[in-house]
Amino acid sequence: MPAWLELLLRVALVLAAFLTLPLLVGQAEHKVMAHMQGRLGPMYAGAFHGWAQLIADGVKFVQKEDITPRAADRQVFRLAPVISLLPYLVVLLVVPLGPHGLVAQPLDIGLFFVLAVVGIGVVAVLMAAWSSANKYALLGGLRAAAQLLGYELPFILAALSVAMAAGTLSLSGIVEAWRPWWLLWQLPALIIFFVAGLAEIRRPPFDMPIADSELVFGYLTEYTGLRFAFFLLAEYVGIVVIAALTTVLFLGGWKGPFGLDDELGWLWTLLKIAAVSFVVIWLRVAYPRLREDQLQRLCWLVLVPLALAQLVLTAGVRVALR
Amino acid sequence: MDFPGKGLAKGLAVTLGTMTKRSHTHQYPDVEPDLPPRSRGVIALIEENCTVCMLCARECPDWCIYIDSHKEEVLVPGAARPRQRNVLDRFGIDFSLCMYCGICIEVCPFDALHWSPEFEYAEHDIRDLLHEKERLDEWVPTVPAPPAHDPNGEPAKEQAAAAKRAGA
Repeated sequence: MPAWLELLLRVALVLAAFLTLPLLVGQAEHKVMAHMQGRLGPMYAGAFHGWAQLIADGVKFVQKEDITPRAADRQVFRLAPVISLLPYLVVLLVVPLGPHGLVAQPLDIGLFFVLAVVGIGVVAVLMAAWSSANKYALLGGLRAAAQLLGYELPFILAALSVAMAAGTLSLSGIVEAWRPWWLLWQLPALIIFFVAGLAEIRRPPFDMPIADSELVFGYLTEYTGLRFAFFLLAEYVGIVVIAALTTVLFLGGWKGPFGLDDELGWLWTLLKIAAVSFVVIWLRVAYPRLREDQLQRLCWLVLVPLALAQLVLTAGVRVALR
Repeated sequence: MDFPGKGLAKGLAVTLGTMTKRSHTHQYPDVEPDLPPRSRGVIALIEENCTVCMLCARECPDWCIYIDSHKEEVLVPGAARPRQRNVLDRFGIDFSLCMYCGICIEVCPFDALHWSPEFEYAEHDIRDLLHEKERLDEWVPTVPAPPAHDPNGEPAKEQAAAAKRAGA
């Protein structure tokens, strides 16, 4: 296969995953949330249990008028949805699906790259909030700034712990070094990473920047139509990305319980991503939104010290095993 | 047993438990709802039973029943004078005023009014909710049969009187 064809194929596959996985997660959220609340959820779109609901939503969003407020900073306002979406697409490039280089772009500093790129999402939120010229959007943006910058710290510290344990920053390398007993050893880091990841993608119970009962819709207040849909899509891609990172870093990626990892590795990865996504949805249904001060308290007084303790533990075990 | 995070675990258990049970949703327009017995949907009128005694119209708390009638002479063969009888001209219930208290049905001495469980008679204009006796009569077939007599309850007065007469 010529190099350019392979490159094209890889990019096309990542784009396909980027466009389908979030829709699957979104549909799963509709249905799982409904059944957890004793409802049925969408039942009409697509005739069979509402499978086409998100497609119908997308068609609706496309038809909506695209409004930019007069006082808004036009260019920034229009750029923000794209910037919120793009980093997640780039992250999907380096997430390994299976062994032997089944990854769109193997990268030796994959983890570093991922953490750096995910951080760009914060900028998109701040851009959207500040350029909207709306006080609720601004309040949401300020909350987002405090939340996202705060949770970046435990997020990175927890990822650091597993990188230290594996002795590599390459995502494939981390999965190769992973052993089942790491589930126990790295459990605190897993929980910290997952919780901080939820806060990073602003999922309930960490959706203070949006907080529809307090701030109208936070930094999304002034958005309509396709741009609003981009933000929603970014949220669902965010779930996929956080689930994929949790899978790769802490749950052993393509490693399954029955061997056969070479053939079925990609399936294990996808199954684990689906399971983690389910937990993300589950937490949204089960828990109410945290208050702003509770959010900061959880981050600085619980997650950060725990993450540091986990780092010390990881370093200790590494030195002892040497 | 108490442990930290018990409340959080309980929350997760509740939602997961709900997910495994059947949902409560009724697929209403596709599937008919199973209404409880004695549902108060609409008031049906059996015109032949009405004697224009006006009790229902007078007892109605919000005066939503409109009745018009005239008297007719009935010649009874063998009688000295012709009898008079009331003929119903108009019987209308304004369901935009009705509060579904059911007092008219309670007071009707001749069982001309009945509850029907039929509820799909919404209109686009509030003035179209004033239904005349022709429409009220259409709902009569939907009136359910009266509930069976309670086996442990007292027998009906007529039954008790008949038994007494037969025994005496």
